[in-house]
Amino acid sequence: MLAFTIRRLLQAILVMLVVALIAFTLFRYVGDPVNQMVGVETSAEEREALRERLGLNAPVMVQFARFIGHAALFDFGTSYQFKQPVADMIGKRLPATLELSLVSALLALLVGIPMGVYTGLNRDSALSKFFLSVSLIGISLPTFLIGILLIFVFSVNLQWLPSFGRGEVVQIGWWSTGLLTTSGLKALVLPAITLGLFQMTLIMRLVRAEMLEVIRTDYIKFARARGLPDRIVHFRHALKNTLVPVITIAGLQLGTIIAFAIITETVFQWPGMGLLFLQAVQNVDIPIMAAYLMLIAFLFVVINLIVDILYFLVDPRLRAERAVH
Amino acid sequence: MSEHPLLSVRDLKVDFPTRRGTLKAIDGISFDIARGEILGVVGESGAGKSLTGSAIIGLLEPPGRISGGEVRLKGDRIDNLPAKAMRHIRGKRIGMIFQDPLTSLNPLFTIGEQIVETIMAHLPVSEREARERAVHLLDEVGIPAASQRLGAYPHQFSGGMRQRVVIALALCAEPELVIADEPTTALDVSVQAQIIRLLKRICRDHGASVMLITHDMGVIAETCDRVAVMYSGRIAEIGPVADVVRAPRHPYTIGLMGAIPTLDATEDRLTQIPGSMPRLDAIPSGCAFNPRCAHVFARCRQERPEPIDVGSSKVACWLAEEDGSRTIVDKKKADQLS
Repeated sequence: MLAFTIRRLLQAILVMLVVALIAFTLFRYVGDPVNQMVGVETSAEEREALRERLGLNAPVMVQFARFIGHAALFDFGTSYQFKQPVADMIGKRLPATLELSLVSALLALLVGIPMGVYTGLNRDSALSKFFLSVSLIGISLPTFLIGILLIFVFSVNLQWLPSFGRGEVVQIGWWSTGLLTTSGLKALVLPAITLGLFQMTLIMRLVRAEMLEVIRTDYIKFARARGLPDRIVHFRHALKNTLVPVITIAGLQLGTIIAFAIITETVFQWPGMGLLFLQAVQNVDIPIMAAYLMLIAFLFVVINLIVDILYFLVDPRLRAERAVH
Repeated sequence: MSEHPLLSVRDLKVDFPTRRGTLKAIDGISFDIARGEILGVVGESGAGKSLTGSAIIGLLEPPGRISGGEVRLKGDRIDNLPAKAMRHIRGKRIGMIFQDPLTSLNPLFTIGEQIVETIMAHLPVSEREARERAVHLLDEVGIPAASQRLGAYPHQFSGGMRQRVVIALALCAEPELVIADEPTTALDVSVQAQIIRLLKRICRDHGASVMLITHDMGVIAETCDRVAVMYSGRIAEIGPVADVVRAPRHPYTIGLMGAIPTLDATEDRLTQIPGSMPRLDAIPSGCAFNPRCAHVFARCRQERPEPIDVGSSKVACWLAEEDGSRTIVDKKKADQLS
């Protein structure tokens, strides 16, 4: 277990180095950084001075090493557009995106898994067919359309929930949370549903397919033959066996939720990283893009590591023990 | 109560409704199992042996359903019980052992967890008592160092050991009947005999009757008190093992016995019954065996023979009824009959 974790950590570091190389290449070679920073009327000497000051004349390997050294300290330079340190800007935006993503993921899991279990066990019931039809909508409608529909119904017509922003936030250290105020929670509802709906239907369909598979296995038949109550057969024996693929997908999807919160954040003007990233793209603000790339890669790597460790906890066959005869 | 046999199956029918009509997988079978008796059920794949077991324990997989007849356990009907009442019979009064021990145990739970949950589902004991009982059972089925193996997962056991665990699981709530569905088919030949002996001993010790489903006549001959030979969802012949094995009356049973290789056989090739068992959607009228039978005559193709008493056996064959007028051609078997 420990050896496995260390091995995975080393792999994770390798992945991060590769991503850093891409981010660095982006930073260094997509246009000339100096041109992005200075105006048209800056003289050639001033440009050269800036180039020297930024260390752009050093050998590429040295620059890359420097980039990594800075990145390890969360220093991604200064935004061209806002003239602020990128790390600070992302630090301010990160809580908004993470809260939205985690709430969406929780919603997707807490609703998706029970719906999947239900539709897997009662495949022919009317409610199952209803769930499956609705899930088709969730899978096929694009996120922005769902967001706009929700705004139209709940903000414009019913006027129950706000259509944009994060509501009031409470500052806890550097972390700003909207989970502790009523307006913050109200503001979270629509974006969380918008962002989580696709994942929810995906998880529901996955759990359903896995359940259908598992309840046909011999050990479920044997569990029934032992006279165990349905509740134990379904939720203890069957559900646990569906978890390995569900954990994989849910983990990957959490990364996707965070990375693709961009669209939802744009629709709801949610002050998160996605919105920041979109502005950065519009203004060719390379440091922000590079930092965002690194951050998302980092989150994916961390989530994958957690998923791998969860496998171990769920499935005893993966634990490196030798079979005893 | 005591005049009732432990298990009594009367005219049991199992259907599979399909789009192209209803398939009769089991078509009117009747048999009894007495207390402490071991009944072997033998037949080719698809003869309905396993389905009979599933039907008795109420675990037919949809769309399969019992379409007629009744199953009585100590005189009480159990084939039409509501799901909840049937659950209390499964495990508690009828235990079941499946073919493949490698897949019968849930891979994600320790064997201790699986035994304890089964005991606690049926008996009013505390978890500690259930654990003690589990250790005792594992010990009884021959798992060495049982108390240390409670925390082991199924994949840490070999096939034979897993089948021992499965036997312990099937017996942990002291059922009166154990249905063992080909309990050794998936096992290594070297451990098959061990498992069969274990099953026989432990069921005798616990006073449980056994319905042993197998296609291995050797196992039947060694283990069972009586045997039922199934063909195409019907019982061809049922009777004491000694009679059926040594003096089979139904041409199908005769063919089955003839197909067992013996060491002193002089033929190069094994004898076999020509043809194969009919598909469920093409069971011939009259006796289901008639297209393959060497002794077929007109009546076999028109009327279905019902089991009739011949000595201590029951045989579903017109030959048996007309035994005086017709003789079975097979000389060797005919000698044994007399």
